[in-house]
Amino acid sequence: MIKTDILIIGAGPTGLFAVFEAGLLQLKCHLIDALPQPGGQCAEIYPKKPIYDIPGFPEVLAGDLVDNLMQQIAPFQPGFTLGERAETIEKNEDGHFVVTTNKGTRHQAPIVAIAGGLGSFEPRKPLLKDLDRFEDRGVTYMIKDPEAFRNKRLVIAGGGDSALDWSIFLANVAREVTLVHRRNEFRGALDSVEKVQALKDQGKIKLITPAEVVGLQGKDTLEAVLIERASDEGEAIRLEVDHFIPLFGLSPKLGPIADWGLEIEKNSIKVDNTVDYQTNIPGIYAIGDVNTYPGKLKLILCGFHEATLMVQSAYQRIHPDKRYVMKYTTVGGIQGFDGSRKEAPKAVVKSIE
Amino acid sequence: MQDIKIKITDREGVLHEVEAPTDMNMNLMELVRSYELAPEGTIGVCGGMAMCASCQCYIKSSHTLPEKSDEEEAMLAEAFYVQPNSRLGCQIHLTESLDGLEVVLAPES
Repeated sequence: MIKTDILIIGAGPTGLFAVFEAGLLQLKCHLIDALPQPGGQCAEIYPKKPIYDIPGFPEVLAGDLVDNLMQQIAPFQPGFTLGERAETIEKNEDGHFVVTTNKGTRHQAPIVAIAGGLGSFEPRKPLLKDLDRFEDRGVTYMIKDPEAFRNKRLVIAGGGDSALDWSIFLANVAREVTLVHRRNEFRGALDSVEKVQALKDQGKIKLITPAEVVGLQGKDTLEAVLIERASDEGEAIRLEVDHFIPLFGLSPKLGPIADWGLEIEKNSIKVDNTVDYQTNIPGIYAIGDVNTYPGKLKLILCGFHEATLMVQSAYQRIHPDKRYVMKYTTVGGIQGFDGSRKEAPKAVVKSIE
Repeated sequence: MQDIKIKITDREGVLHEVEAPTDMNMNLMELVRSYELAPEGTIGVCGGMAMCASCQCYIKSSHTLPEKSDEEEAMLAEAFYVQPNSRLGCQIHLTESLDGLEVVLAPES
């Protein structure tokens, strides 16, 4: 059981910044995120896109913002459960919440802050007959352990970064990698496109474009896929494979959080914006894009503000008897849980003779 | 600058005729959101960067639209339910020449 003060669900910019504000109050945080890396949408969907409305940054790439936040919160040693989705919530006898992920990892905290953005990212599934039947029996949407593909025959479908990157990586692991895409053009980093080109020229990746996977065959497990070239409509090529990996991006779904008894409106969690962004369940807060209240704007900068007020309220819930006044970092510096200390240099007081 | 009229058929098949401003730097995806013709979180997920295809729609009228950028073309090549008349709403800037445009929202995916 992982124990912490504030359990944050969602490791996007809002969730990450909450760690900093909590750290200033000596509260520890642990974050859960369905994606394998922190940063949420900023890291997963648009790391190379510039953002222009982060106060103090005339321009910052989404990926750099995440890197900066990770650096900023490092002294407060946040814990991470990545690649797992928060599934259920219960209250134990001490009034603490216990949140369990889809993989069974249990977390306990007196405070839960949902910073889930638009929800957890689920793979977008192609419209193929029998796709469900072959899930985990040859059809895989997310690659967790590349070793599972050693010496196997794979078909990867998709035209973006993940299709390119995994084709490159698996070309040296699998026996056979075939990449299928509806166009000849791929959308990805130039470097990845060139690498795939080189691997194709070496015969390590077989490219079938413009084409589409149109059917799946097999008894209990996947045995072959049917691929139709755009030029030969109605005539499919049958390719014997062990695995089919469709990589058509991810789409966010609010998911199991919707069943936690929280008040939901328009796919968002209703909170009290007049005070502390608490939900209808005391001790559970919702901050950032996942919440809604009159006048809500889904902006990173608003998420930062909400995280800051949430943490103050969380502190009072955890320490109802302690007195506290907010202290500026310029005055108080930063005392990391790792023993590090940052503070403003002292002014020189010296007489001039 | 004058408001224009656009006919939008939502994902339930209901037709809405809405007024759209042409002086607010708005695109078709944002118009759909402003009238709440699709639930929040199911359209405009990436915010309008041609990176998610949640605002895919089918163009039913014969208006001349701006050509697809490489990014839009690439995103549509990865989307589902794509038809020859598919476009990403976020890439269609609302201008006076689009008065009377008729579109149908593509299914959620």
